[in-house]
Amino acid sequence: MLKVEETQPVEFSSALIASFDEIVKRYPAGKQKSALLPILHLVQAEFGWTSAPAMDKVAAYLNIEPIEVYEVASFYTMYFLQPKGKYVLEVCRTGPCCLVGAEKIMDHIEQNLGVKEGEVTADGLFSWRGVECLAACGFGPVLQIGPEYTFYENLTPQSVDTLIDDLRKK
Amino acid sequence: MGRKLLLEHINVPGINTLEVYRQKGGYRAVEKALKTLTPDEVVEEVKKSGLRGRGGAGFPTGMKWSFLAKPEGVARYLVCNADESEPGTFKDRYLMTYIPHALIEGMIVSSFALGANTSYIYVRGEMMPQIRILEKAIAEAKAAGFLGKNILGSGYDLELYVQSGGGAYICGEETALLESLEGKRGNPRIKPPFPAIAGLYGCPTVVNNVESIAAVVPIINDGGDEYAKVGIGRSTGTKLISASGNLVKPGVYEIELGLPVEEFIYSDEYCGGIANGKRLKATVAGGSSVPILPANLTLKYANGEPRLMSYESLAEGGFATGTMMGSGGFIAFDEDQCIVRNTWNFSRFYHHESCGQCSPCREGTGWLEKVLHRLEFGHGKMSDIDLLVDVSKKIEGNTICPLGDAAAWPVASAIRHFRDEFEWHVKEPSKSQTSNYGLANYANPIEKKEEEVKQDNS
Repeated sequence: MLKVEETQPVEFSSALIASFDEIVKRYPAGKQKSALLPILHLVQAEFGWTSAPAMDKVAAYLNIEPIEVYEVASFYTMYFLQPKGKYVLEVCRTGPCCLVGAEKIMDHIEQNLGVKEGEVTADGLFSWRGVECLAACGFGPVLQIGPEYTFYENLTPQSVDTLIDDLRKK
Repeated sequence: MGRKLLLEHINVPGINTLEVYRQKGGYRAVEKALKTLTPDEVVEEVKKSGLRGRGGAGFPTGMKWSFLAKPEGVARYLVCNADESEPGTFKDRYLMTYIPHALIEGMIVSSFALGANTSYIYVRGEMMPQIRILEKAIAEAKAAGFLGKNILGSGYDLELYVQSGGGAYICGEETALLESLEGKRGNPRIKPPFPAIAGLYGCPTVVNNVESIAAVVPIINDGGDEYAKVGIGRSTGTKLISASGNLVKPGVYEIELGLPVEEFIYSDEYCGGIANGKRLKATVAGGSSVPILPANLTLKYANGEPRLMSYESLAEGGFATGTMMGSGGFIAFDEDQCIVRNTWNFSRFYHHESCGQCSPCREGTGWLEKVLHRLEFGHGKMSDIDLLVDVSKKIEGNTICPLGDAAAWPVASAIRHFRDEFEWHVKEPSKSQTSNYGLANYANPIEKKEEEVKQDNS
């Protein structure tokens, strides 16, 4: 369900536009819409989430209708349509990771951060959610943190605590 | 030791760089193909090799290539499917992380064979680190003259790009992947036309898995006939197996097809047995979509003969007593795992990942999840078990793409083999919340290994 929050208009820096231009070059003339998914990743990395004003600007840049951007952003799971914490801990919740304790890890994260799945901590630093298979089943439980999508493998409650502490100190 | 064709040099320091990869014989296949073979001869070698698609379907790669339409003046595309998302499968991530040039080299040779001048590697968006690794490898290859205009003076031009997905299992289905690459929602297309006729931008397109493309390198280096000597019967060559779950040594293993399943699970060369001194209860041999098997049928056919890691042997007995090779995602369940809970977990996955295009899948996966949830959490009725079978049968075969089948098979097979465990959840709703059904009769031929029991700290 696309639920778009009110936001201020956004400006794309010239450096960001230049990185869009680089991506568009990969496709034949007239097929610039192919750049949509990679561009949305860049937008989210820049602003922390994918807001409606940002999507409108992407549509204008690619010369497509805004709905073509909304329908894509709402289909794929990686685009956040609401603001999230600075660090979003995404824990794999699928079968193989659960065989080696992913559910315990999610409970532990919820306890440590004091917020439920999808919520943001009061200091704005953290959100967490369960996500489907991250293709790292042999090294479970695993979690990833965008926008670099750094991987943390073979998680234990202790290693999760250390990770959260380190991120707090950053 | 089994022969290694893909991962032979995986532990060589710096093998992720072009320099070391070249020292270990890398890019020989590009030189051989572009300088001494015609595109059709490359296709012929791949046909001779008997290579079957490593993404899950197992369709012969050379035959897929030969279907590619070649109308005059129309671009052709090769798209690598690196949208690895099948639960239990993580071999492509491993290969791209540690030996990215194997994929780049395979892409160049394969693109040459197909006459593609622009090729894409579609990587799932979550693999941003791997996307960066591949982009670096492509830049190295380009600087060394293996990509770009007039490669090695052959007159052949190729540009290779990495495309990021956005997080959607369905994009592993090849036509959904192409939609996604065109910047759209990942809704699978109705076939025909197949991508070989009308794929990316309506042009003839081949979509191949990462491992299939990497396997083209040893096929060209040694010849298709040599490759076909490895393996067993129509399961030629080696296969990357992603081993996960309750194993002593989970990880990615390259096996020669035909290895006995028992050896794969228990030998120290591979998984080293079941973790924490426990016993094997069940396996999912080829990624979450294939039928689950109890331990006894995993290791042996119904007639007692040993089961092997090959396309044919894993499928022996059909769905009654067999399973499938799939993507090679091998998940092991120990005696303390609950089959009902895992089936619910997998159904939640398919419900979450259904694109919503076909009603049987969109609605059916939700029903499966809901009914399994109430069985697992102590609110189930005996009639729910047959209801699950009924719903799964009504999804199977009634959808545009195989996600419907993939959602139906795990449920149907879990009930086929573990029906008494499902019934126990209904009869003992409170007990099933605090304890497990255990090993029961699922593994009776297997003796418990005498090992020190390790404490589980997690």
